[in-house]
Amino acid sequence: MPKLQELQDLTVQVRRDILRMVHKVNSGHPGGSLGCTEFIVALYNEIMELKDGFDMDGKDEDLFFLSNGHISPVFYSVLARKGYFPVDELNTFRLIDSRLQGHPTTHEGLPGVRIASGSLGQGMSVALGAAQAKKLNKDSNIVYTLHGDGELQEGQNWEAIMYAAGKKVDNLIATIDFNGQQIDGATNDVLPMGDLRKKFEAFGWDVVDIKEGNDLEAVIKGMKEAKSRTGKGRPVCVLLHTIMGHGVDFMMYTHAWHGKAPNDEQLATALGQNPATLGDY
Amino acid sequence: MKKYIDQGKNDTRSGFGAGLAELGRTNPNVVALCADLVGSLKMEKFIEENPERFFQIGIAEANMMGIAAGLTIGGKIPFTGTFANFSTGRVYDQIRQSIAYSDKNVKICASHAGVTLGEDGATHQILEDLGLMKMLPGMTVINTCDYNQTKAATIAIAEHHGPVYLRFGRPKVANFTPVDQKFEIGKAVVLNEGSDVTIVATGHLVWEALIAAENLEKQGISAEVINIHTIKPLDGEAVLKSVKKTGCIVTAEEHNYLGGLGESISGFLATTHPTPQEFVATKDTFGESGTPEQLMDKYGLNNKAIVNAVVNVLKRK
Repeated sequence: MPKLQELQDLTVQVRRDILRMVHKVNSGHPGGSLGCTEFIVALYNEIMELKDGFDMDGKDEDLFFLSNGHISPVFYSVLARKGYFPVDELNTFRLIDSRLQGHPTTHEGLPGVRIASGSLGQGMSVALGAAQAKKLNKDSNIVYTLHGDGELQEGQNWEAIMYAAGKKVDNLIATIDFNGQQIDGATNDVLPMGDLRKKFEAFGWDVVDIKEGNDLEAVIKGMKEAKSRTGKGRPVCVLLHTIMGHGVDFMMYTHAWHGKAPNDEQLATALGQNPATLGDY
Repeated sequence: MKKYIDQGKNDTRSGFGAGLAELGRTNPNVVALCADLVGSLKMEKFIEENPERFFQIGIAEANMMGIAAGLTIGGKIPFTGTFANFSTGRVYDQIRQSIAYSDKNVKICASHAGVTLGEDGATHQILEDLGLMKMLPGMTVINTCDYNQTKAATIAIAEHHGPVYLRFGRPKVANFTPVDQKFEIGKAVVLNEGSDVTIVATGHLVWEALIAAENLEKQGISAEVINIHTIKPLDGEAVLKSVKKTGCIVTAEEHNYLGGLGESISGFLATTHPTPQEFVATKDTFGESGTPEQLMDKYGLNNKAIVNAVVNVLKRK
């Protein structure tokens, strides 16, 4: 295990990357990216079994599908700092001719990405297919996904949730970024979704809560617990309680920074709260 | 003029089922998915012989398209099966993002296309699917004409890397293409050579075009009949070669004139060799209940309609 401090440093650096990426092009989605930083960092550097390099089939390694593709900044930063592509390429986020499209895509051949996402609600179905391909291939690795909580308003998720349990796809861990926010406001105001734990349980899933989704140790512990529950006939859901905009005080506890970039002054303040650790790109 | 013999009426969907069963025996990477229409898609044989490679999704087409996309990650070649309507319009965004934009090797196999599914009516018929699918970048679009060709196409698309939309139908129709004819994606088949008019047909209208050509011959009109089974990529060269000889063209398809084969050909000819053209296609309308024959007659999708279109286009030469 990399030392916890190294991963803590990485989360701070990833936050800087996120802020600088969206600031440069004055667009993108910092709120959810900041909220999921601990999760994506832990997943790629502590939880997932990964091969060196990248190939589309991903046999004999764990796979991750980002269903809420708008939090591409955190995904790109973690992939780059894991070595999938040069960290300098983060400079091209959302620019013309870039492999780092606004939402992740395989179209430009960016290593680390296996499916396009952005139009919401599709990632779990794709993960189910990949998980079942693993079973056919006698590949014992696991498929991970991340979804927004608001994203669960898309009906296709519930087709997939029903299927996963009904067909015992137990090599899947689907994580819900449970931050209670979406573009137009709090999920409870936009469309209350009731008790998500009970909903998943009613569909036949095993549910793990990670109450402190922005505490790296808690995330690692919770994901290891989730992993221990795979292979037992039920798909596993992680309810990851996060704070949108975490790590930048004025971006927290609001949906305002869902899809808005900071201005120069706001960027300086935000970076001041996250002093460089590994070096900026 | 070549004479084509009906080897015995059969449905194109059974050609799909036979092709899929053969793939099950020859290609271990082929997997099949269905959204609760196994019998309608004639998938039983594949399922019986390869139960572990079949995924019954239930009535959840969006999930089916996503699962198919995911199965390609790991090297599988998924064939999805449901009605054409539920294979396209219902799941357009899933196909667009998870399959076409993501360049996934999924074969979307769609039965009951057009009006010939008959009595179920417009909710289950679709006359827009070719247009929806051909507009997706990278999508190969195929509409086969009989049992033999559908079987051959099913087998051929497994060898092609990339997303494919394969369209076929419900009714038993003439089976006239050679049983051993190799299916070449994107390659038109000249069925009859002629000099006065080019008739380009796809799907169930190909047999009707052959009957029309026979009837035209009796009137002293020499019709060249081309079977275009691949709408995209379009075999423009074959069309061009023919119209340079005949000087006019009739396109025939069981589809809306907007978005169909005729539209692709008119677009191609407008930029290469402007040619008078008549469309045998539905005229921006939904279908309705009725027998397949009644519907093809009412919506002008048979050999009589093709003959009329030829008469009209000849006046415009």
